[in-house]
Order: sequence, then C-alpha cells, then structure tokens
Amino acid sequence: MRLPPALRRFLRQPAAVAGAVLLLLVIGLAASADLLYPEDPFEIVGRPYLPPLTGEFLLGTDTLGRDLAAGIVHGARVSLLIGTLAALVVTAIGILVGGAAGYVGGRVDTLLMRFTELFQTIPSFLFAIVLVAIMEPSLNALLIAIVVVSWAPLARLVRAEVAGLRSRDYVQSAIAIGMGDASVLARQILPNALPAILVAASVMVATAILFESGLSFLGLGDPNVMSWGLMIGAGRSAIRTAWWMAGIPGIAILLTVLSINLVGDGLNEALNPRAAGRA
Amino acid sequence: MAGPGGGGSRWRFLGRRALQGIPTILLIVTFNFFLLRLAPGDPATVMAGEAGAATPEYMAQLRAQFGLDRPLALQYASYVWNILRLDFGYSFRYQESNLSLILGRMSATLLLMGASVLLSVGLGTLLGLIAAVRRNRIEAALILLATVLAYASPIFWLGLMFIVVFAIQLGWVPTSGMTTVGGPGGGMAHVLDVLHHLVLPAVTLSLFYMALYTRLMRASVLENLRMNYVVTARAKGVPPRRLVFRHVLRNAVLPIVTMAGVQIGGALGGSVVVESVFGWPGLGQLAFEALFARDLNLLLGILTLSSVVVVIANLLVDLVHSIIDPRVALA
Repeated sequence: MRLPPALRRFLRQPAAVAGAVLLLLVIGLAASADLLYPEDPFEIVGRPYLPPLTGEFLLGTDTLGRDLAAGIVHGARVSLLIGTLAALVVTAIGILVGGAAGYVGGRVDTLLMRFTELFQTIPSFLFAIVLVAIMEPSLNALLIAIVVVSWAPLARLVRAEVAGLRSRDYVQSAIAIGMGDASVLARQILPNALPAILVAASVMVATAILFESGLSFLGLGDPNVMSWGLMIGAGRSAIRTAWWMAGIPGIAILLTVLSINLVGDGLNEALNPRAAGRA
Repeated sequence: MAGPGGGGSRWRFLGRRALQGIPTILLIVTFNFFLLRLAPGDPATVMAGEAGAATPEYMAQLRAQFGLDRPLALQYASYVWNILRLDFGYSFRYQESNLSLILGRMSATLLLMGASVLLSVGLGTLLGLIAAVRRNRIEAALILLATVLAYASPIFWLGLMFIVVFAIQLGWVPTSGMTTVGGPGGGMAHVLDVLHHLVLPAVTLSLFYMALYTRLMRASVLENLRMNYVVTARAKGVPPRRLVFRHVLRNAVLPIVTMAGVQIGGALGGSVVVESVFGWPGLGQLAFEALFARDLNLLLGILTLSSVVVVIANLLVDLVHSIIDPRVALA
C-alpha cells in the first residue's frame, strides 16, 4: 500500500510521530474518563495530602481528599474540548475576515486590517479577563473570551496567503475565463492556502489550552468543571508541603501542549516542505 | 545614517506611526464603553463595583457624572471626554482615583516587563545564534530541546515550580513580594533587595518569548548564512567570527525586533498571572483585585492604559527598527 506523500513525510519525523502518539494517549484518556473514574472528580474519596503512589491513589489526593488522577483524566476533556472548539471558531473567523480582506483588497482590506490591528494592540490576557468578568464564569464564557482575543493573528495569516495567491497567474486566468468570486476562493485559493492555515490552527489548539489553564488558575473558569488550571490553583496553597498537587496537573498541560506543538511542527514539515526547509 | 532619506524621513515615518496610534486608542476607548454596557445590570452599579458598599449619594453622583439618564450618544461623548481628560473614575474600594491607583502600580509592572523583555531578547538572540552556528553539535540540540519545553509550559505553573525549587528548597531568592518587609531602607541596599525579588518573576515571564526568539534567530541566521553577501564576504577572507558578529547579526536580528513589539502586549497580559504567583505589586495584581471586587471601571481603566503602553512600545520598536534598518522608514 502506498501512503500519500504528505503522510509519508510526516511519519519520517520521529519527533512528530512521538507527538502524535502522546496526543492520541491524551485523547484516549479523555474519551475513557467516565470508564476509568466514573465518580465525580469533585468527590472526596480519601484522606487529604496523600502523596502519589499511596494505596489505591495513583497520583495521590489533594488538600480536600479528592483523587488527583480522576481530576487529571476529567480535566483532559475540558482542555481538549476548549482547545479544539476555540481553534475551529478562530479558524472560521480567520478565513472569513482574512479571506475577504485578501481577496477583495482595497478599502475593505485596509478597514479589516485596521480592525484586526486593534485586537492585536489590546493585551490579550487582560482583555480575556475583562470579557470573562463581564460574562458569568462558564465554559462558554471561556471559549468566547479565548476566541475574541486570539482570532486576529490567524486572520492576518489568511489575508497574507490569500492576497499572495490572488495575484498568481492561474488565479488570474480563472477569473479571466469568468469563474465567480465564490468559486475562485473556494476552489482555487483556499485549497492552496490550506496547509498554512492547518498548521496555524494546530498551534491555536495549544495556545487555547494554555489560555484556558491560565484563566482557570486565576479562578475564572467554570467552578463546576474540573480542569487542570483549577487543580493547579487549588494545589497552590499547599505548595510548601505538597508540591505535586500543583506539579502534576502542570505536567499534564505541558505534555499535552508539547504533543500538539510537535504534531504542528510535523504537519508544517509535511505540508509545506519547501517553506519548512528554508526555516 | 546620512545621505538621502536619512534622519528627516525617519522622523516623518515615526510621526506617521504615532498618528496611526491615536485612532487605535480611540477605538479601544469606544470598545470599552460598549463592554461596560454589555455587563449585566445598571451601569452605575457595575461601575461602582461591590454594589452593596456604595452609598446612594455616590450612585447618584455616578449617574450624573456619566449622564446615564441621557441618550447613548451623549453618554458616549461624556465617557470619551472623561478619558481624554485622564479621568478614569474613582475607586470606592480603595478611596482613590483610578488613575492614581493605576499609575502607582504601573512602575512595578514596567520594571518586571522591561527586565523580562531584555532577558528574552538578549538571551534568545544569543542562544539562537549558537544554535545556528553550531547546528550539528550537542549545544544546538540542548538549546532546541529547552525551547520546545519552554514553549509548552504554562508560565504560572513554571513560576510555582521555580518557587518550590529556588525559593523553598534552595532558599536562593524570596518566595514573593517586591521588597523585604522591614528590610533595608534606601539607596543601593534597596535596589539590590528589589533586584533579588525581581529575578524569579522576570525569568518566569521571559522564558516563553526567549524560546520564541531563539527559534526565530536560529532560522534567521541559517537563512542569512546562505545569502550571497555572506558567500562574498567569506570568499574575500573575512574571518568567521567577524563575519557572524559584523555582517550576519545585524541582518538576522530584524525579525526579532519586529517580534519584540508583539511581546510587549503579551508580556503585559502574562504579567497578570506572574504577578499573582509572585505577589508582585503591579498592574496585574491590581487587575486581579479589581476583578474580584467586580470593579469594572478600574479594570477597563487598566485595559485602556495598558493598550496605550502597547502603542507607545510599538513606536519605540519602530524607532529601533528604523535605526537598525534605515530602509523601513522609506517604505
């Protein structure tokens, strides 16, 4: 069986393959959270302050006696969910805004880019905090805040790609033979801009996960949903005597974000071999 | 930098950039106005923060000051007018004007940010250069591994782990704060005390961008090393060390300067979590306190003034950029 060349280029990179395996592991854990730990991760199940590897608790218990392993597994869901949804919405907005600016050009382009510049000027984490403060803390509020503060760079990237492709001869001839704007965009330009967009979207998943963890750490997440940031925030008070309560969830974030970044680098190498070779 | 298009065009270029910053700031103020209206409840209650603590007289004063009984357009006009006069309102909780609260905390944040920008640009440039020049050695591999890890770490967690290792276990630096309580009063001893407290938060805040600059610099140096001017210089017999420091460095550092402008905004946001982890008494802490007091007006004041800081920082970056590469002023 012959694999497509892009996939073969991806599999040739050991770091990318390691990242993909790690990421699949995290996804597997998140998917089987209810099987592995059917109880509510907020439930108090043992003595507090148990270090990892004591008795039935693989990762120990927190200051209240909640199972850390259950929190990690359930927290994986929130991280992946927010990361994926945020990346999807950001990519959609980026394609709409950046596509319009890059394809139409002229005054529309100037106006849209001034608008994106505005969003890039406001310090994003502070902006997210204000947005969450205005809404009630919930997963939706987190998602909206993350999307609002992070769509701008992607829109810029799409604009640059689309504007570059629009001036190419093959696109110009498609327009010349009477192809409509919508189909030029959908059939000629976007498929060629896709590799760059895909790589940026994968990085966005990682950024969104880091963002979510930061907001949850500050206590701005959904208080009824167990997440890694929330666990670090809760373990912080015990940092002098029980560093692992904050340490372990952080390692979970680190490994997840690392795996996504490695996959993103691998995708970049596999989909844009020439561009990646230059860098 | 004499010759045609020298100093004069640089100042024209910077003036143009400064003028572009004004509408940006106005747009941000407009944005904030509507954000305040988006918040659930009576804007006066929202602005007063901790609604229960505000007296009816104070609420009436707020309503009159912001003209909340008048049409939206007038409300908007008076909001913008207040901001232009640098009137960001009054914090009931602190019994102080929001502007003086914000300015009072600004210096601590600027110190933290400045230190972390210098650290990340300086070390990132150096590490990237090493990783590119010695690309087949163990140093390069170690540097790249470190950047990949720093890239994936949540900074607040990194800060906590640094506290565990360097402050609690090793006792090298204090766990939190900016000065020692009852410590040395003034002069050099005070400066050293602040620096001692600054090390860990500044390093924490700088690591992510240091990793970014290292990668950028490495790619940029590798690209420059393949260019014709380097080949020519080599053929003319320019020694390798001189080649790297005199010729390649200046060209390769350009993307980093551009990126540093982006970092200012990011570092201001990142300082919220870092300040919260290290008890650093800056704007981030103030934002955090305002958040939990539900003092939205103070929070929006912080957001507006931070954006102004970003606009100014970007101007400075443009200035540096036009000094290193005079061509940008002509574009």
